[in-house]
Amino acid sequence: MTDAIAAENITFAYDDRPVLQDVSLSVPEGDFLGLIGPNGSGKTTLMKIMLGLQSPDSGSVELFGKPPRRFREGTKLGYVSQQSSEADSRMPVTVRELVNMGRYAHAGLSRLSEADRAVVDDALERVGIADLAERQVNRLSGGQKQRAYIARALAAEAELLALDEPTVGIDADSEEQFYDLLDELNDEGITILLIEHDIGVVTERADSIACIDCELYEHCETREFLETDALERAFSTHALIRGDRVVHTD
Amino acid sequence: MSTLTDDDRSFRTAVVERLEGNRQPALVVLAMAVMVAASAAFVYGPFPSLYDIFWTTACNAGGSFLVCSSLLQNGFTAGILIGIAAPLVGAYLVNRQMALVGDALAHSSFGGVAIGLFIGATLPAVEILGLTVPLDFPLLWALIIGILSALGLQYLALTTDEYADIPLAVLLTGGFAVGVLIISYGDAIVFGREVEGFLFGDILFVPFQNVQLMVGLALLTLGVIALTHKQLVFITFDREAARLARIHVRFYDTLLMILTAMVVVAAMQILGAILTAAMLVVPVAAAMQVTTSFNRAIVLGIVFGEISVFAGLVLSYQYDVAAGATIVLVAIAIYLWTVVSARV
Repeated sequence: MTDAIAAENITFAYDDRPVLQDVSLSVPEGDFLGLIGPNGSGKTTLMKIMLGLQSPDSGSVELFGKPPRRFREGTKLGYVSQQSSEADSRMPVTVRELVNMGRYAHAGLSRLSEADRAVVDDALERVGIADLAERQVNRLSGGQKQRAYIARALAAEAELLALDEPTVGIDADSEEQFYDLLDELNDEGITILLIEHDIGVVTERADSIACIDCELYEHCETREFLETDALERAFSTHALIRGDRVVHTD
Repeated sequence: MSTLTDDDRSFRTAVVERLEGNRQPALVVLAMAVMVAASAAFVYGPFPSLYDIFWTTACNAGGSFLVCSSLLQNGFTAGILIGIAAPLVGAYLVNRQMALVGDALAHSSFGGVAIGLFIGATLPAVEILGLTVPLDFPLLWALIIGILSALGLQYLALTTDEYADIPLAVLLTGGFAVGVLIISYGDAIVFGREVEGFLFGDILFVPFQNVQLMVGLALLTLGVIALTHKQLVFITFDREAARLARIHVRFYDTLLMILTAMVVVAAMQILGAILTAAMLVVPVAAAMQVTTSFNRAIVLGIVFGEISVFAGLVLSYQYDVAAGATIVLVAIAIYLWTVVSARV
């Protein structure tokens, strides 16, 4: 299996505060990788570096076999973050307009074609929000909003979905449905890279788990992972561990 | 620009901004060059005779002073196009929390007007290779200074760590100070009423060469936005996702600054440097009160912009008050009406 993302010896610091130290991590195509670690452990930074949104101080990244500078198939990547931006809470944008953005990189400078619009319709249908297409994004519930962002990634025909704590502030039922949808997409071949604070969800859903706290503690299949003491080591200064659930104390 | 968050700053060295082999910016620049040539060819080619035919017909058909006064004809022509171009550009600015960028660029362009007036008064034309190049064209100088300021603003926002409104405040006051300095040095008698016209807007004082420049700028703005709307709206809504989709965010940010400078210069003689920013912001703000869709907000913003320009011009003529101020107040009245009606 080839790697969707391969990061080698990544080191990154904000001024002189080290965030990542010599982290190497690869995500094979089709994998569902859960990235866990205490608050402030550099998970989000690592994800951004892996997607080419940020440059590491040292180390290298390959996206589908190419360094980020030369990787131009932006449509292959989908990204769903936890925070809603200022714009998505104030700007008048309908769900359809949001999902249309997934086609923009395909269309370049030309107008969206009928085929593009059909892909958007399919994506809306796929995540179950076709009936909300004309609603303003800031009128959606948290769960609906995250589905809309997934629909945008589907409209882009993304091959890799990166999600940064996507279910923060979402009720338990919607969260369950959301992860069912991710499972389905993963079964269809989409690579998933998930940052999630709820370790129970990660151990239940992910194929493999990477645990970081500045450095990489462990990266292996979920079943093996649970037999290691990586969680204990990573969280020892941050959290109490009860079974496979972690309760943050910071 | 002023929407830069701390995150953006840390991304300043983001690899995607240095994309190798991304040809889209080059294509846009090429298309813009073609559009500049096409607008210039239109404005200096068929436009004057079309303009005459249109207003002669309108005057013969209606016969009212509104369409027969050549002074108002100039104002209407420029005003109608500004009513389209300003809310169009403003829709992106407002949603990036950059509403005051237009104000800063208008003030620095005013500095450009002063430079232009000074040069025009001291050196009306130069001979270059046997060609007489007229330099007495203050609005063109305003455009040059406006675009340079836009580039400077973008550069400061990307290279300094300070709050984004600091470069804005520096440009706004600095541009104005340059203008005041030059005018005081050149003595107000030389410039007289013309300076005031650029400062507060003076629809009765628009020479035809300025109408031509305004029309050209407005057409160019429309063309560029038609081409790049998708990229601009994507970046406005979600910068990070746009970066991820390998859209050249920095290029399009700079492009939006330049478009803003163009619109501001086009609107300056009608609305005045001090009031120009209102046309970028107020119609869009009104439209956002009453719609849920960005594309509809643009269309409605243009509708509100046109109503403001028409009603403002007619009212100002009727009551013999300043046109720019009247246009702005009509736009604000529409905004207040939408705020109230959205809540009852």
